[in-house]
Amino acid sequence: MKPRRARACPNAPLLAGLAALVAVLLPTPAPAQGAAPRRISVAAAASVRPALEELARAFEAARPGVEVAISTGASGALFAQIQNGAPFDLFLSADREYPARIVEAGLAAPADERVYAHGKLVAWLPAGSPLDLERRGLAALADPAVRRIAIANPAVAPFGRATERALEAAGVLAAVKGKLVLGTSVGQAAQFATTGAADVAFLPLSLAAGEGNPLAGGRIVPVPEPLYPKLEQSGVVLARAREPALARDLLSFVTGAQGREILLRHGHGLP
Amino acid sequence: MDLSALALSMKLAGLTTAVLVVLGLPLASWLATTRFRGRFLVEAVVALPLVLPPTVLGFYLLVGLGPRTAPGGLFQAVLGHPFPFSFAGLLVASVLYSLPFAVQPFAGALAGVDRRYVEASHTLGVSRLGTFFKVTLPLAWPGVLAGAVLTFAHTLGEFGVVLMVGGNIPGQTRTMSIAIFDHVEALEYGAAHRTAGLLLLVSFAVLALVYGLQGLRGGRLLSWTGR
Repeated sequence: MKPRRARACPNAPLLAGLAALVAVLLPTPAPAQGAAPRRISVAAAASVRPALEELARAFEAARPGVEVAISTGASGALFAQIQNGAPFDLFLSADREYPARIVEAGLAAPADERVYAHGKLVAWLPAGSPLDLERRGLAALADPAVRRIAIANPAVAPFGRATERALEAAGVLAAVKGKLVLGTSVGQAAQFATTGAADVAFLPLSLAAGEGNPLAGGRIVPVPEPLYPKLEQSGVVLARAREPALARDLLSFVTGAQGREILLRHGHGLP
Repeated sequence: MDLSALALSMKLAGLTTAVLVVLGLPLASWLATTRFRGRFLVEAVVALPLVLPPTVLGFYLLVGLGPRTAPGGLFQAVLGHPFPFSFAGLLVASVLYSLPFAVQPFAGALAGVDRRYVEASHTLGVSRLGTFFKVTLPLAWPGVLAGAVLTFAHTLGEFGVVLMVGGNIPGQTRTMSIAIFDHVEALEYGAAHRTAGLLLLVSFAVLALVYGLQGLRGGRLLSWTGR
């Protein structure tokens, strides 16, 4: 006695749909060989992002068939990902410490680490802010009118650490400690200030000076350099890179004449 | 436009749904019919992702499946790359994270099937598996479809777990929700608006399509209320 199959099975379309879905999706779309561009994956500090996007376009124009994929975040967060095996070819940090630790851990050769820029710390104020940082310096932050100060999380972001050092050197850290709000990276710190959630943000000049982003139109007040340690920023080609030659090529491009010109224009200091 | 992020999100949601239909149905069927006294413990484990913040799941996955652990080493040996920061890793995380969204509606629907039809089928000599596919599943299918749609939608909106184990790599782990976060962090509010709008439209279209199909059939889809 065979059960008849003719009974319309209402879930047949569902099952057929799912089967079709699986059939379409299962073969992981490996980029078609040959025509596929060579892809280089760069992990970069959020502070480098505006310059890196222009650098990547220039590099792609100079090397047809090469594609640069950019992931940005706090240098410390990217460092942790690299330690855990993230598949990046090149790491552009906002300091020298993380690249040095990568070399120490054997995840990169010492010769593959190179300083590409110096960071400049600034305070960013929304247009019309009455805060007079220009004349009163960082001490003005202690005013009760300043309620929230956005900085990048010092635990993972070199610019956050530099900000803490600057506030300490200016003697106001204890007074403003309760006002600090920590962004996951300088990007989020900037976001706190542009949305008005914070009265002031401490950012890299390279981000604050960006054109065509919500920071444009704000006031930029440089933090005097003696207040914070020199922010040397280095890049490192990772030993696990799938495109090591291309990654070295890109790092050389960044530190080369064209790269330096782009970095300078975006508010980076040069080594 | 973040079309690669959209494609990645759709692929992740589709595959997660497919895996959870295949793995979730047997589990739900067992939960719906078992007399095992410890069933409540299994139900509690299945429901855990509803309660736990995604960071807990993400953290345990990183710790438990990282390249320096034995399961992580096995993962790497089989797939040739470490668990974190890979699409396969995201898929594993999504399957765990969306488990209750599939299994709970599945189990509710299967438990709602009248035992008499199942027993009649058994009496007529149809095997247990045959009965499941020819009697139980057809009767429970609105709930099964509801579970599949919820799983798909939930995976599409997944953020915390993906951020923790994915690492925001374009084309590999940068899903729609991560792309929006990335745009906002980069102060690209225009791009964030476009991607967020696209996700809103796609989500609405998926749900409208399913409700529309259900309406044509006169059924009620997402109206399941457990068992």
